[in-house]
Amino acid sequence: MIDRKMKFMQGNEACAEGALYAGCMFYAGYPITPSTEVMEHAGVKLPRLGGSFIQMEDEIAGICAIVGASLGGLKSMTATSGPGFSLMQEGLGFACMAEVPCVIVNVMRSGPSTGFPTGPSQSDVMQAKWGTHGDHPAIVLTPASVEEVFHETVRAFNLSERYRMPVILLYDEIIGHMREAFTIPAPGEVEVIDRQKPDCPPGEYKPYDTQYGDIAPLAAYGEGHRFHVTGLYHGADGFPTNNTRQIEEAGIRLLRKIDDNKERIWKNEEYYLDDAEIGIFAYGVSARSAKFAVRELRKKGIKAGLLRPLTIWPFPDKAVDELAQRVEAIIVPEMNLGQIVYEVERVVRGRCEVKGIFRGDTEPIRPAQIMECVTGNGFKPAAVDSEMTESMIERDMIDG
Amino acid sequence: MSIPAEAKSLARKRKKVPFNYNPYIRGGKLPHIWCPGCGHGIVLKSLLRAIHTTGMSQDDIAMVSGIGCSSRTPGYVDFNTLHTLHGRAIAYATGLKFAKPRLKVIVTTGDGDALAIGGNHFIHACRRNMDLTILVYNNYIYGMTSGQSSPTTRQGMISTTSRYGSIEPTFDTCDLAKAAGATFVARGTAYHFQELEKIIYDAIMHKGTSVVDIIDACPTYFGRFNKYNTPAEMMEKIEKEGTVSVKQAEKLSKEELEGKLLRGILYKSDRQEYCEEYSKLVARVQAK
Repeated sequence: MIDRKMKFMQGNEACAEGALYAGCMFYAGYPITPSTEVMEHAGVKLPRLGGSFIQMEDEIAGICAIVGASLGGLKSMTATSGPGFSLMQEGLGFACMAEVPCVIVNVMRSGPSTGFPTGPSQSDVMQAKWGTHGDHPAIVLTPASVEEVFHETVRAFNLSERYRMPVILLYDEIIGHMREAFTIPAPGEVEVIDRQKPDCPPGEYKPYDTQYGDIAPLAAYGEGHRFHVTGLYHGADGFPTNNTRQIEEAGIRLLRKIDDNKERIWKNEEYYLDDAEIGIFAYGVSARSAKFAVRELRKKGIKAGLLRPLTIWPFPDKAVDELAQRVEAIIVPEMNLGQIVYEVERVVRGRCEVKGIFRGDTEPIRPAQIMECVTGNGFKPAAVDSEMTESMIERDMIDG
Repeated sequence: MSIPAEAKSLARKRKKVPFNYNPYIRGGKLPHIWCPGCGHGIVLKSLLRAIHTTGMSQDDIAMVSGIGCSSRTPGYVDFNTLHTLHGRAIAYATGLKFAKPRLKVIVTTGDGDALAIGGNHFIHACRRNMDLTILVYNNYIYGMTSGQSSPTTRQGMISTTSRYGSIEPTFDTCDLAKAAGATFVARGTAYHFQELEKIIYDAIMHKGTSVVDIIDACPTYFGRFNKYNTPAEMMEKIEKEGTVSVKQAEKLSKEELEGKLLRGILYKSDRQEYCEEYSKLVARVQAK
């Protein structure tokens, strides 16, 4: 019998469950609304499994501790929200530079600064890519349901181990706190990737050896392969270098790890896109409203479709590029005052209209807003009724 | 854990032949970046000798550092080494130690790294009492960035960010560590290098958070700015004349001790080590 379990839980709990499924054995973090349940759940489960759980003195210590633990050989994670994510940026850059796998969860709340701590938003989507200084790679995943939080957490660990870098799981307070039923897969049912360990003798090991390609095997401290890790630019042996050629090569390699593997990292859901004349590009909670809007628009005879990225970074250039060639407009609803829409514009290069729907009042974008944007922009077949009733709006809130 | 008798006698025997540092130094990584007259090299020698006396395998030792002159230490030595962010060494060390408790984790840090930017991690590490050995190379200044004030730059001293003399009160590393809960607190100097070796040995062997404040003034910036003519003169005035051992201090009056720092093991207590406590918790939870 397959050991699947039907569960009813909130997104944050599903995140912790996903981490455990992926083999995470180390959590370090600092509580912050609206992400705290990830930590609390990990704090209950990890000791039972013999894993390590520690509450640190701040978010900076949280990310540093998980990188230390990862170098000790454990799959490690932390979870936070806007202010804590800001504090983690330097540690995130270190993990990119030193190429240490780890998973960082950012349950987005409204900001800047303390903002509205219990209010959802999607306003860290650019920070997730560009928050830490210097040129660096980023993998950022944007689940849109409780079940997806579980699976994307597993994928975050897999990508992190595969590409030897931090991976960010980015979802908003609504996804974090909503409760949905889903089935936790049986062990082995979903692929779990473990990091590649060196097979060479200890004396020959180089932690950034390019003879393996752009991603070298990573030894764990204390298992015989003594090696050096630094946040300074370094050579293949891990020791600091001030050789400008080596610095350039190392920086380019960090980006190439992602660039060359984009196709494997990208993940999109396409909904009614085949014959779409209007494309909606939406991620996370806004994509739920967008999906509803697409269904309603279709009922009214408007050929709308949804492109929903589950990987927002690297940005899904290819999918947006293809979409731009065959739709009249791309609508980008996001719970911020305009961020990812500029990435869409960059790829579209004027080939179709791009229109953002922004919302910064911590209320989710309603399907009605998206529908009005479509119909109000001249995409009006006969007999379109753009008025939404209150009961429909009520339904928006519970419909996927 | 106490030192086995044979190890002690071995250590004594070793002193008769020149100590061989080579097994601990990474090939091709010297010369180091430290200035002529800097005591960091002396501290490194005491540290390697102390590690040697413990008899621990190099595979079982991790050395973690932050940013600054002291933090370059791990790059020269053949252990599991991690050179991290400014102020964060202790946070990385906490993660590593907790993930792999059988590793002996030694943090090499400085007065700015540990007490200013990393002050929060420092006090919380002391509070947790995880088995970390924290060596604070206290050179009274930010050496690597050319001589700015640190939390141990004394009042009246000149630095590039206190051109008219520092007006800030200082931290006493040992007082801070003790107050925060560290269970082994000691002070040594680069001048008293043999004593330092013993102190570092005791610190490493201690189970719990051990902090050693190592007075090791920076000749290049602190020394020049504050009118010490040579590194040797500075060492004599600050490290030799400015300190007294705990034993000597017993015979001195309060007036005679004025302005002098105590050397030796200043505080030691026996309190539950974090990783051990956690493994008990795991056993308790799993038994349910």
